[in-house]
Amino acid sequence: MSELRKPPFRSVKWWNSRWFDISQLVLFFGALIWLTLNGAAQMGYNWQWYRLPKYFWKVIDGELIWGPLMDGLFVTLEIGLYGIIITLLIGLTTAMLRMSQSWIGNLVAQVYLEVIRNTPLLVQMYVFYFVFAPILEIPRFWVGVLCISFFEGTFASEIIRAGILSVHRGQWEASTSIGLSRWNTYRYIVLPQAVPLMLPPLTGVLINLIKHSAIVSVIAVFDLTTQGLDIIADTFMSFEIWLTIAAMYLGITIVLSLLVSVLEWRVRGRH
Amino acid sequence: MNENTPNPIIEMSGVSKWFDDFQVLKDVSLQVFSGERVVVCGPSGSGKSTLIRCINRLEEHQEGRIVVDGIELDQDTQHINKVRSEVGMVFQQFNLFPHLTVLENCTLGPMKVRGLSRKDAEALAMEYLQRVRIPEQAAKYPGSLSGGQQQRVAIARSLCMQPRIMLFDEPTSALDPEMIKEVLDVMIDLAESGMTMICVTHEMGFARTVAHQMVFMDEGRIIERSPPGKFFSEPEHERTKLFLSQILSH
Repeated sequence: MSELRKPPFRSVKWWNSRWFDISQLVLFFGALIWLTLNGAAQMGYNWQWYRLPKYFWKVIDGELIWGPLMDGLFVTLEIGLYGIIITLLIGLTTAMLRMSQSWIGNLVAQVYLEVIRNTPLLVQMYVFYFVFAPILEIPRFWVGVLCISFFEGTFASEIIRAGILSVHRGQWEASTSIGLSRWNTYRYIVLPQAVPLMLPPLTGVLINLIKHSAIVSVIAVFDLTTQGLDIIADTFMSFEIWLTIAAMYLGITIVLSLLVSVLEWRVRGRH
Repeated sequence: MNENTPNPIIEMSGVSKWFDDFQVLKDVSLQVFSGERVVVCGPSGSGKSTLIRCINRLEEHQEGRIVVDGIELDQDTQHINKVRSEVGMVFQQFNLFPHLTVLENCTLGPMKVRGLSRKDAEALAMEYLQRVRIPEQAAKYPGSLSGGQQQRVAIARSLCMQPRIMLFDEPTSALDPEMIKEVLDVMIDLAESGMTMICVTHEMGFARTVAHQMVFMDEGRIIERSPPGKFFSEPEHERTKLFLSQILSH
């Protein structure tokens, strides 16, 4: 056995060092913030951050009362939660239909994909709200959830389909040749191999779903964005409120990304 | 049934199959009796893989009849599932399940299809892993095994379903030369235990040792069928002679 050799030492130039990296970042954002504040001061904007907390919550007689921003956040989270479930169901169903032998199934899936993909989300929302909702008596919250889910479902279905098709044909053959049913083949052979491949692009779709949910403000569902618009109409604090709302959406999507990363790590863990 | 029963365990009569407009099997008839070992050979594209893939319905034939152990392969899914549970198959590319351990590869079928408990399935799997001389690899994932080891696991996985017939589709064609022997040894072992086997292979040494019958195919037809002694020394057809001279010359 030969002795293990260490790689030769290489000195790092100062402009490649980590400290130089960090100082550049600080400098860039420092300049950006300074420009913003300076610009706002010059246009005479009156920052009123101190007024913000009561729009999150108030404590009256020792009782906690949620403010409009928190109410909006809960509605957005609710839309996101139902939206994710329905999007995945629609995506899976459409993917199955497209991969099925059924001519009608294929046609239905194809028409759905083309119609949704080739019309603007905003127009879809109006069509759902003004045409389908009154006919089918759907409450506006569910109009919002369904409309966004159908929109994101098109992307999810393509990702799910690609994931399933990426599992080699030999896996199907091996599975059926030991007698596993179609359902068991999906459950024990195909999906465990396909899901880790689908997760990263699906996360993108689910994050889009949260972001696109802001569009329900046009049908007066009281989500985060609608609440923000209302507060601004009352207070004219447009800078503070929009920055806060953007930060809140960012918070939701980062948490969602982290959750999926954990899930991905658990699914991929072995082999 | 045993070796003396007059009825063939596999009976194909007048089987034809097309891929789109291309006819891969042309009026093929073949009988295999219980305990018989048949080696199918022929140039590539001659339909030999398709032939054995029809026996467990990985491919659907469009004309003729295939009866396996008294069950006809028709549109009835129950018949198909019954036949599949009687017939094991080993593929050229192994097709092990990469996300499952060697042991799990072997226990999945017995547990989900035969309804065995995990404990019984594992005992059964270990028995067959022993038989293919690889029990020490049970906890590993297929990706960390050599090709020869993977193929032996694939054989064990099929055997765990306790099939009455084993099909081999070029089991050594994807292997490095030094690993071919370990797989052939396991197959010879299996042959000696009396298993009914149909092998598509170009390993003529193996064929000579184990085959009862040689089947030569070309362009979707069975051209010649004879015991290996006769097949290798005095083939009847010009096409067979040419094939043998090409395959045995190196």
